Amino acid sequence: MNQDIQTSHAVVAEGLGKRYGEQWALRDFELAVPTGSVLGLLGHNGAGKTTAIRILTTLASPTEGTAKVVGHDVVAEPVRVREQIGLTSQAATVDGLMSGAANLEMIGRLYHLPRKVARARAAELLAELQLEDAGERLVRDYSGGMRRRLDLAASLVASPPVLFLDEPTTGLDPESRNELWDLLRQLVGGGTTLILTTQYLEEADQLADDVVLLDHGKIVATGSPGQLKARHGGERVVVTVDGADDLGPAAAALERVAAGTAEIDREGLFVAAPASESTRLIEVVRALEDGGIDAHDVRRREATLDDVFFSLTSPRARAASSETTTDTDQDIDREEAAA
Amino acid sequence: MNANAISVATPLPKVPAGPARLRWLAADAWVLAKRQFAHIRQIPEKLFDVTLQPVMFVLLFAYVFGGVINVPGGGNYHEYLIGGIIVQTLAFGMMGPGVSLATDLGEGIIDRFSSLPMSRPAYLIGHLTAEFSATLLAIAIMVGSGLIVGWGIASTPLEALAGFGLIFLIAITSIMLGTMVGVIARSPDAVQGIAFVAVFPLTFVANTFVPVGGLPDGLRQVAEYNPISAWAAAIRTLFGNPTAIPDGAAWPLEHPVIASIAWCLAILAVVVPLALRAYRRRTTG
Repeated sequence: MNQDIQTSHAVVAEGLGKRYGEQWALRDFELAVPTGSVLGLLGHNGAGKTTAIRILTTLASPTEGTAKVVGHDVVAEPVRVREQIGLTSQAATVDGLMSGAANLEMIGRLYHLPRKVARARAAELLAELQLEDAGERLVRDYSGGMRRRLDLAASLVASPPVLFLDEPTTGLDPESRNELWDLLRQLVGGGTTLILTTQYLEEADQLADDVVLLDHGKIVATGSPGQLKARHGGERVVVTVDGADDLGPAAAALERVAAGTAEIDREGLFVAAPASESTRLIEVVRALEDGGIDAHDVRRREATLDDVFFSLTSPRARAASSETTTDTDQDIDREEAAA
Repeated sequence: MNANAISVATPLPKVPAGPARLRWLAADAWVLAKRQFAHIRQIPEKLFDVTLQPVMFVLLFAYVFGGVINVPGGGNYHEYLIGGIIVQTLAFGMMGPGVSLATDLGEGIIDRFSSLPMSRPAYLIGHLTAEFSATLLAIAIMVGSGLIVGWGIASTPLEALAGFGLIFLIAITSIMLGTMVGVIARSPDAVQGIAFVAVFPLTFVANTFVPVGGLPDGLRQVAEYNPISAWAAAIRTLFGNPTAIPDGAAWPLEHPVIASIAWCLAILAVVVPLALRAYRRRTTG
């Protein structure tokens, strides 16, 4: 592995793969996370995000490939790696039957901090994460937001330079989510390298310097949120309909006048397709009318990260262009790493 | 909030080499054992199966059934009963470790522990330490309630010591069996179901509460080769209590102490590797 990459990058992975039985949960996973930056691993359930996190945090061993965290190999030097990382996984990683303070002190003791230091560190973290008043209460009585903050505090006991967060804001209300984002930004401001997985595109957009999009265990795109939007985005025409029955015909009508294939969002009851300079909304409306489709909204908008994700990982897009997309992205990655 | 305070480096002690490593293991295991004790403080009911339940069984059998059960070959039923209750309690003692392990493995906390630079075996050792402590409490309660209903140790101090030694060995066997079930089972409820369905009939088709001589053919053979019977007979023998082993009983009942030790070692030889393998698979898969 390149020496320069190791010193400037907190986390480096090369050709990482994990197979469970016949199924590859992760394959050809490449990563180079600059020290002090934020990487967002984006993907649906089962895309391989958690598998990647588990390998990088030494909880799972890779079937192939190598990974280093702060210069330490995850397979050869797991204890060294564990000293450098904090992990907050999806499920609660604190003990509900103990107080917040007791949880943090226990973790400090498991880092082999002297009792006094562990206790002081626990008090310090409770104060920093605004849990002072709840410190002596049982964690099972905490609200969801408090519990997430304690989870994060537990990951910060040894002030690790690299922090892994697996879907840190899943299930949080918007207010608690914003509080957590602020906290994470402060950590990054203090020099911490952050790797987080998320299904929320807004979260990646808000926090991440770089994004890796995963689908079925494979990287389908990489880049900054802005780059991805520019590369796969452009403007969109969005048609919202009243019933699921109209989605198919609306997509067909839209494709006749738009610049690319239309994606169907069944939950949002809309179809969206890339628009070019020459795409006229009036043509879209006419095409819809010709199809006898009762659309209740037709509009143009800038692409969101959601669109990028949708176009790269929808089955139709995969069938059409996944090979070329992956190749180009890896080339771009190499160029970026070399630069 | 001051971001610098969050990310200020906390110096970690260096990983020691040689024997000092064992000190870390012991310290880590103790921290994790204390976690289990903290759970008991919050949910004292967790200990019911090894505290109230044996007392209940002692009273039920001593006073409800005791009057109608005769011990063949003479002897007091209360003196006979306690050896059986001890074994029954030790057998049900597999439930506690199974349930707490299955609970931990089903939650994220096991990932937290695995991501810390603590000693690898500390989690299981801490867990076993806590469970064994609970068993010690249970044994004290059974001996106490036994003494109250008229049970006593009638053997030499050396034999009595061997009796307690065997109790500890059975306890470890049962805890390890529970550990294996806990690691393999999908949920705490599953552990409870498995343990109940396995342990309940095993402890009744045995000499636990009634001598095997009175059992019908077929059932009697099962009871004579049941490890529970060997364990109860061995404890009764070592404490000098009536054993009520019929003439011409099966080999394990004729040589209960050797048979008991053999059963324990055989079960341990199977469940310990299975438990460790399943644990490794579930925590580092």
